[in-house]
Amino acid sequence: MKTHPLLFPSIPLLALALLAGRAPAAEGPSAAQGPVILPPEVLALPVEQAVLTSPPRVPPPIARKHAARVIVHLEVREFVARLADGVDYTFWTYGGSVPGSFIRIREGDVVEFHLENHPSSKVPHNIDLHAVTGSGGGASATFTAPGHASKFTFQALNPGLYVYHCATAPVPMHIANGMYGLILVEPKAGMPPVDREFYVMQGEFYTTGRYGEEGLQAFDLAKSIDERPPYVLFNGAVGSLVGDKAVTAKVGETVRIYFGVGGPNLTSSFHVIGEIFDKVWPEGGTKFVQENVQTTMVPAGGATIVDFKVEVPGTFILVDHSLSRAFNKGALGMLKVEGPENRVIYSGKEIDAVYLGAQAAAGSEAARREAELQTRIAAEMKANPAIAGLTKEVQIEKGKQVYMGLCFACHQADGNGLPGVFPPLAKSDYMLADRERAIRTILKGMTGKVTVNGQTYDSVMPPLEAAITDAQAADVLTYVFNAWGNSGDAFTPAQVKSVRNETR
Amino acid sequence: MNRRGLFALLLAVPVGLVGEEAARVVKMLPIPAGDYAPPLRAAGEPERVAVAAFLLDERPVTNAEFLAFVTTQPRWRRSQISPLFAEEAYLHHWAGDLELGPLAPGAAPVVRVSWFAARAYARWAGKRLPTTAEWELAAAAGFTRADGKNDPELARAAQVWLARPVPSILPEAASARPDFNGVRGLHGLVWEWVEDFSTAMVTGESRADSGLNRDLFCGAGAVSARDPGDYAAFMRLALRSSLTARYTTTALGFRCARDLPAHTSP
Repeated sequence: MKTHPLLFPSIPLLALALLAGRAPAAEGPSAAQGPVILPPEVLALPVEQAVLTSPPRVPPPIARKHAARVIVHLEVREFVARLADGVDYTFWTYGGSVPGSFIRIREGDVVEFHLENHPSSKVPHNIDLHAVTGSGGGASATFTAPGHASKFTFQALNPGLYVYHCATAPVPMHIANGMYGLILVEPKAGMPPVDREFYVMQGEFYTTGRYGEEGLQAFDLAKSIDERPPYVLFNGAVGSLVGDKAVTAKVGETVRIYFGVGGPNLTSSFHVIGEIFDKVWPEGGTKFVQENVQTTMVPAGGATIVDFKVEVPGTFILVDHSLSRAFNKGALGMLKVEGPENRVIYSGKEIDAVYLGAQAAAGSEAARREAELQTRIAAEMKANPAIAGLTKEVQIEKGKQVYMGLCFACHQADGNGLPGVFPPLAKSDYMLADRERAIRTILKGMTGKVTVNGQTYDSVMPPLEAAITDAQAADVLTYVFNAWGNSGDAFTPAQVKSVRNETR
Repeated sequence: MNRRGLFALLLAVPVGLVGEEAARVVKMLPIPAGDYAPPLRAAGEPERVAVAAFLLDERPVTNAEFLAFVTTQPRWRRSQISPLFAEEAYLHHWAGDLELGPLAPGAAPVVRVSWFAARAYARWAGKRLPTTAEWELAAAAGFTRADGKNDPELARAAQVWLARPVPSILPEAASARPDFNGVRGLHGLVWEWVEDFSTAMVTGESRADSGLNRDLFCGAGAVSARDPGDYAAFMRLALRSSLTARYTTTALGFRCARDLPAHTSP
């Protein structure tokens, strides 16, 4: 056997070193240096177990006004879980969630940190806490084989909101599998109190399959290197902050979001649709520098703190405002706010009216001539018994003109509407069943679900009462009730008028 | 005739049998000479390391084979092994000292063995552990071509394996797909001990002396990396670096190697 001298050290020597209980230099980062000797003033500090929470929850604010020795146990586990509906992924996690457990300590605390790598893990892991001052942020001190645990101690010198992540090679893969989280080092003076605190982190997932492709998806090395993730997600899964899982608040409360970006590669343009951040601690620093921010940039491996008071109810959407990520890759969450409306701050939609573009404006020469013509036609019809006798036919003809001006864009010239979008009027069981309702629909509009000829529609019919006269409404109703194989009596302007005068 | 066929011909000479017959029924296959380029390299280290042709077990050592070993070598049994040579989790998934149990099928690769134990087994079987360079040379073969780097199926197999957690019951060692050299399970079955695993990260006295940042952490590892895109190689390197010789893990087994008889060396 030929061996290279550098690659093949003396095995007896190595064994000897191990027997002596001292790891040789060749052991690399696994070498343990033994427990740190803490000075009496540190040993005198009260000891407490850190409260860890999984997202979107945040541990309670720190009430004590002094430093402590805080013990943190963080377990690394690798397991298969849902990435999206029908899509599974093998996540690598701190504390069993993506992002990992939220850690909350106070400036000056001395932290005894235990990293436990579960025996079922396939690979070694470690942790680099950006809150740590020291080589690798704890990475080399916590490099841990499967089925082992490491311990190291650090003092939190700098307050702020910090990302932690796995820093074992290949690092992008460890992070892309979910190995990141946040650690908040509260300043000695504490953070300003708020009503609600939430924990949200963004990260990309590089699956072999495209977005939504079902089955257990593997990590795709090429997509990772090219930074082309099929998924960009908040809190590790599509829909993790949506619907029943949305975070909630009440009108009048102040909400704080601790927002971090695990990456591994993409920067987030963090934005909450319909809210303005009253305060932003940019980059997770503690010097408050910015107010009234629409979108805040959060770097990969960085974090930010945002505060905002919710003044009105509604659903506020959290997005990465690089919007293809929100629309196509899953970077979307929800904050649901309940409480009384304030229509001065936000009215909701006040009016939905038909806009016809360039028509003859009231008072114009064209409008005046049209009105004059209408008057002459009306007088003529009234005076001529032959014409007056053809009332229904005339109404149908005139109604067709109204229809072609106001109705056909949606219901189509053939009265068949657009399948699934706009319901048909031709042989419409719904319309023909109730004449008065038909009048009301034209005047007052209609929203919500309606079943026509067995098909359900859910779109908006604008109210036309401001756009048409009673006579025009009677004409167009007569037309639609007699066109395309429909048949029915003529409508009179008086019938329309009585519905128009209904009180809502 | 391809190179592999030529080697098979050269190997018509049977290798000498020592130790327990039962444990050595595994076929040994010739791995052609080649060279190995370490993923990380210290200043002054050669870019490529020449590796002589050698023999490698067709598949990892199985539970049944390891049972035969501990049966005849009581000091390597679970209850008797010195804590210096293996940590508590040694053979933890076996039902007893000499009983495999449901979690350790006889034909599945043995895991939760320390480097010391793997080495003792190899010696008992009249073999040795492969070096990192030998193991990596063998693992560089593809399924359908000698050059695995350009075999997309090999990359996919490694990728798929890494995407799944360790199963609580491992598949049979002989069930893995054979590669170009006929070797099974180098990718996608278990990690494997190598003789010189402890050189994975550090060769010199310190980082300062070697003038090279040996940290694998964050971007630092990429600075001196031969191919930062070879994630599978990095993961093997990281795993070896995380170990000490008495560690055992749920997905770490081993296989044996042997020098080619002198007259058959190319």
